[in-house]
Amino acid sequence: MTSLYARLRLILCLVLVAGLAIALSACGDDAQQAQEDAGQLTIYSGRGESLVGPLIERFEELTGISVRIRYAGTAELAVAILEEGDRSPADVYYAQDAGALAALAENGALTPLPDDLTGNVPDGFADASGYWVATSGRARVLIISPDRVPDPPSSVFDLVEPEWRGRVGWAPTNGSFQAFVTAMRQIHGEETTEQWLRGMIANDVRVYPKNSPQVQAVHDGELDIGLVNHYYLIRQTSVDDDWHGANHFTDAGEAGALINIAGVALLRASDNDKNALRFIEFLLSEEGQTYFREETFEYPVAAGVEAWPTLVPLDELDPPSLALTSLSDLEGTLELLERVGALP
Amino acid sequence: MSVIGSIAARPLRFRPHLSGIWMLAVAGAAMACLPLGYLLVRAAEADADAWSRVLSDGTLRLLLNTAALAAAVTAASAALALPIAYLTERTDLPFARWWRSATIMPLAIPSYVGAFAFIIALGPNGSLQSLLAPLGVQSIPEIYGFFGAWLTLTLFTFPYLLLVIRAGLRDLDPAIEESARSLGQTAWGAFWRVTVPQLRVPLAAGSLLVALYVISDFGAVSMMQFDTFTRAIYIRFGSAFDRSSVAVLCLVLVALVFVVLAIDWSQRRNARYHRVGSGTARAPRLIGLRRLRWPALIGLALVTSIALVVPVAVLFHWLSVGLQSGETFPGVWSAALNSVYASALAGGVTVAVSVPIAIVVVRRPGMLSRLVDRAAYVGYALPGVVVAFALIFFSLRAVPGLYQTIAVLIFAYAVLFLPQAISGLRSSLVRVQPGIEEASRALNRNSWQTFFSVTLPLIAPGVLAGFALVFLTTMKELPATLLLAPIEFDTLATNLWGHQEDVFFARAAASGLLLLVCAALPMIILFGNDRGLRT
Repeated sequence: MTSLYARLRLILCLVLVAGLAIALSACGDDAQQAQEDAGQLTIYSGRGESLVGPLIERFEELTGISVRIRYAGTAELAVAILEEGDRSPADVYYAQDAGALAALAENGALTPLPDDLTGNVPDGFADASGYWVATSGRARVLIISPDRVPDPPSSVFDLVEPEWRGRVGWAPTNGSFQAFVTAMRQIHGEETTEQWLRGMIANDVRVYPKNSPQVQAVHDGELDIGLVNHYYLIRQTSVDDDWHGANHFTDAGEAGALINIAGVALLRASDNDKNALRFIEFLLSEEGQTYFREETFEYPVAAGVEAWPTLVPLDELDPPSLALTSLSDLEGTLELLERVGALP
Repeated sequence: MSVIGSIAARPLRFRPHLSGIWMLAVAGAAMACLPLGYLLVRAAEADADAWSRVLSDGTLRLLLNTAALAAAVTAASAALALPIAYLTERTDLPFARWWRSATIMPLAIPSYVGAFAFIIALGPNGSLQSLLAPLGVQSIPEIYGFFGAWLTLTLFTFPYLLLVIRAGLRDLDPAIEESARSLGQTAWGAFWRVTVPQLRVPLAAGSLLVALYVISDFGAVSMMQFDTFTRAIYIRFGSAFDRSSVAVLCLVLVALVFVVLAIDWSQRRNARYHRVGSGTARAPRLIGLRRLRWPALIGLALVTSIALVVPVAVLFHWLSVGLQSGETFPGVWSAALNSVYASALAGGVTVAVSVPIAIVVVRRPGMLSRLVDRAAYVGYALPGVVVAFALIFFSLRAVPGLYQTIAVLIFAYAVLFLPQAISGLRSSLVRVQPGIEEASRALNRNSWQTFFSVTLPLIAPGVLAGFALVFLTTMKELPATLLLAPIEFDTLATNLWGHQEDVFFARAAASGLLLLVCAALPMIILFGNDRGLRT
């Protein structure tokens, strides 16, 4: 009993000492920050550190601006920014999809970007009012097993055929998938979309929590076809030559050929426009765009940088013609997914 | 009139020198209720549409799913924790010291990591399937859905019960069991008729911890694709960015939590669990397992191998694949330091906040202490991300200078994990004779002196259990850490999440394994080298 108590006191002392140490070091940090105030930038990033960390470091090297970055989920950060309001410490919001950017724009949390930034990208890859701009694109593809699916379907609508019963996977909670369903509603109409969703469920579609497990499942032989983004596979094949799976692009013009984007926006709460715009410029520069091609295997969208060699080039893809902002109507998509039983 | 009468008869109990502790207890409980205030503010902005959606059939199904999962996980956890606690504390089990640490460790595995490992190992065409295929086994039960969520949550949350029961067992006077034995009971009979009923308080407290954890969990249910309330809440705000309709859903969740708390309350009796008369508790005599030794060892090995070895093996596999391809692990050490630091601080602060609450709950039963106790559970049962939004809301309004500092982060941990510390403390506190404290007061020590020199040493096992619970849970906490931590304050949990999200499995594995090590070391120091009261 006494030794337990002695240990308890030891712990209490340690906690106190640690607390003091941190409090002191925090004071030091503040002083340091004040000195460097001229050259700072605070980013909330819904894109992961493994994806964009090296790019941020390069930006710091180039400009001398010291970047402070918070990584979390795109949606969590969007709600956090709304909750922070005018007091938000963030200058730039870097989102994984257009829906979150559109939601912030609608709620008046963003400042429009100058035309020379938004004019840099192909039509449809920036907000019409200039509230955000895309930095890279990702194509919806079918990940297939070339062995088990020698003759892949040319359209996502073929996946409801009996031939594919129990062989196809999707991730209904995934943001990219929901954007794809939203696109389908816009292009092909509510009724067709509902029919397709019900057809997929009746055809025993396999449900996954997100995209990457589908790529794993195709590799493991658990799944023959998955509805995913194009880059998951290249990521695996770039470290493992024997990885089993292939990207298959569906018919041009249909929802299955949707290109989704990652994009940035300048927050209205920011009083640091100059550095924020330099960062957005950097993302759209040749160096930034080359990084997306070489490191994250996404589609570059600006500065004339070409796509990764094994990919169908962006201008040949002919994605469905619809404004990416119209993908913010997720509410309707969720209701539909809930109604057909794809979501709780 | 009788109500007024009973209140009028009471004031004698609220002696002036106790008001300090009441203020601290009420403040602690109010702190845990902050998220509820936020939800009410946001729900007030909701339109009729959001409310009508809540009243739909889908919501009822979610409620039933959530309640069924919570009940099943709690029952299974109790069935695991009770025998394991007894085996490791009261019997001559070989390597008991090692087992004591090993059986707590699953707590350090985040449920989303555990679930992912189970899917890889036990899922369709997973490792187990390929092992069994040569034996002619064509298919194993579907892991996705209720079964998978139940299995994952049981194996990674039963140590909550285990820790609390173990603290209760350590405080239990063995003389009661010995009396039972001397009156002709077998060891088995004494266990069921004397020990288990005496453990009612820790059992109830631990069960409540497990049940509410299940209600608030997102990681396991999302990986296993089982529709619970928390999963629906995440999906809703993640897709619609609509804070008010999320708040409405959360309020329904709070209602469910109140039902669970009411059930728990109806189970509590006003029984006395401390010794009366002279003498003090001493170390128990260990029970010889004899022929049961091997079954006990095999059972323990089975539980730890599924709950610990499977996830660790999966992590090691990812790590080795990454090492072969020359993967580097940037920032993993500073993240480890941050994790241990924040968790230790959270443990210390949360225990400190919980002490006054535990004291009024045990020593001053009544309407107010009952309310304080229930209120403390609100933050714990809500999804972490909702608590994070609530603290963004309040800290920017009340203390903008502290926003995104370690202070608000630790505060958030305390809001989230207060009940864990209370559970640990309460089961120890009920064993302390008020007479000892009264004697101290009679000898002219004031209530603070009495607390530090008499009560605290006596409830040390409960304090340690509470600290350990909060420490371990904080180590793996994700949503609040992501949003509230000082900017660029990476922890092992946030690293693990980030790398797994980006499919850099080797880096995720390095963070995951380090998280286990950082969690294990304090547990071994706290629980490894002594057996019960024999210190």
